[in-house]
Amino acid sequence: MRSVREALAGFGRAPLLGGLSVAAIGVSLLIVGLFAVAGHNVDRALSGVESRVEVVAYLRDDVDEELVGLATAEIEAYPEVAGVTYVSKVEALYRASQEMTEFSDVFSDLEVNPLPASLVVQLASDSRTPDAAERVADRVEGYDFVEEVRYGREWVDKLYRLRRIVGGGALLLGGSFAIGAVLLIGIAVRMAVLARRREISIMKTVGATEAYIRRPFLVEGLVTGLFGGLLATALTYGAYRIVDRTLLPLEWVPEWWMAVGLLFAALLGMLAAARAVRRELRNIDVY
Amino acid sequence: MIKLQSITMSYGRTGHALDDVSLHVRKGEIAFLTGASGAGKTTVLRLIHMQAKPTKGEVRVSRFSSARIRRRELPELRRRVGFVFQDFRLLESLTAAENVAFALECTGTPRAKIGPRVQKLLAQVGLAARARSFPRELSGGEQQRVAIARALATEPLVLLADEPTGNLDERASRGVFQLFRRINASGTTVLMATHDAELIRHHPDVRVIELEHGRVVFDSAAENDA
Repeated sequence: MRSVREALAGFGRAPLLGGLSVAAIGVSLLIVGLFAVAGHNVDRALSGVESRVEVVAYLRDDVDEELVGLATAEIEAYPEVAGVTYVSKVEALYRASQEMTEFSDVFSDLEVNPLPASLVVQLASDSRTPDAAERVADRVEGYDFVEEVRYGREWVDKLYRLRRIVGGGALLLGGSFAIGAVLLIGIAVRMAVLARRREISIMKTVGATEAYIRRPFLVEGLVTGLFGGLLATALTYGAYRIVDRTLLPLEWVPEWWMAVGLLFAALLGMLAAARAVRRELRNIDVY
Repeated sequence: MIKLQSITMSYGRTGHALDDVSLHVRKGEIAFLTGASGAGKTTVLRLIHMQAKPTKGEVRVSRFSSARIRRRELPELRRRVGFVFQDFRLLESLTAAENVAFALECTGTPRAKIGPRVQKLLAQVGLAARARSFPRELSGGEQQRVAIARALATEPLVLLADEPTGNLDERASRGVFQLFRRINASGTTVLMATHDAELIRHHPDVRVIELEHGRVVFDSAAENDA
């Protein structure tokens, strides 16, 4: 109770510095928040595309159908594979003419069917990654009757790269602003310690423990962090609404992400205060 | 109770503040620590209160030793060793009672026990009627009594006082010293730094330890032993 009262008094003493600290945490977490919204939506897009990731093995024209049947059973047994569909030459031509109606004349005039038969391999939901797709492709390519294997490697790679960039960007930018916030909170706490120098000196004289002396400053850091986190959430939500309405439809991040963000902000504030107060208290003793 | 063994204390380039000082203050004793400004009186008190470690030698207070004490044990020592300053060091924004209560609060006394204990402490220093006065409304002597009540809050075994009468007139000084004697009579060891020769002369029965340039040049206890 005393800690909370004194933490609030700390804000009262230096409202500008307190406000700056809150703003700094707010901005650093706003950046993290924006990347979180972007990341969340890229993730959603990715899972949509992922479900369509498949490996297609084109077969030689002279293939023995019985052999293909055996191979299909083998491939279906791979842990990464959800299912295998055999598409015959005739079926391939039919599909092509259906999907590409503008070329239907060309297809119907053909004397020889140029399209190969193929095996379409669907990946299991937990294996729709570039690595898994490549593993499956490599094994399937090992069969003699397989002419060529294709999978949406470039697409998958690009999306994964985008997700990594989003994550890395959030970490880098958010991290550098967070360092700024830590320094600002440090200054605010240091000023609060100096303003209470006399009290602290008396506390040390009569035998108060370090933990007791530190506590109100830690609470001040925690509250600063929490306010910063709330500010960041509000700003992120505002930005999300603007983009959602004007540019492209987005989905708001899951609620537990916000809870983790707020917790992180509060902890960041408290750790920044702990760091500053530990240094500063060493300089104050009885005389 | 308090033992300084061959203490040397130097502050950087300014030379020795204390030079091979040994002294022993027994449990329940009262003593003056005297000498000119800069003789090393405050340094002795600071070492006993373990605000600093001696450059050489060992300070022992009750079961604590300057050679072995850890940072986290300091609060426990400080609760056993009360400290009174020349300039009182009261918090101006708090009343007399709140200043005393502050020491109890920050050493973890249960809230319910603080009120009655503060009353008792203020009565002990003769200020029960001034509990609600702020420091600025009190005379110097009264302020020093509040500071003494605060120092006694943790029931210390030792009371150290650094020129406690330095800012007081003669009458107030006598009153404060009488208070120290009463505190001592109840079993607390008292060591009081002062350069008030008049005060010392009025109390020939109190042990006098005199410092000069960081050395003990006179100790009435040693004289009496001889």
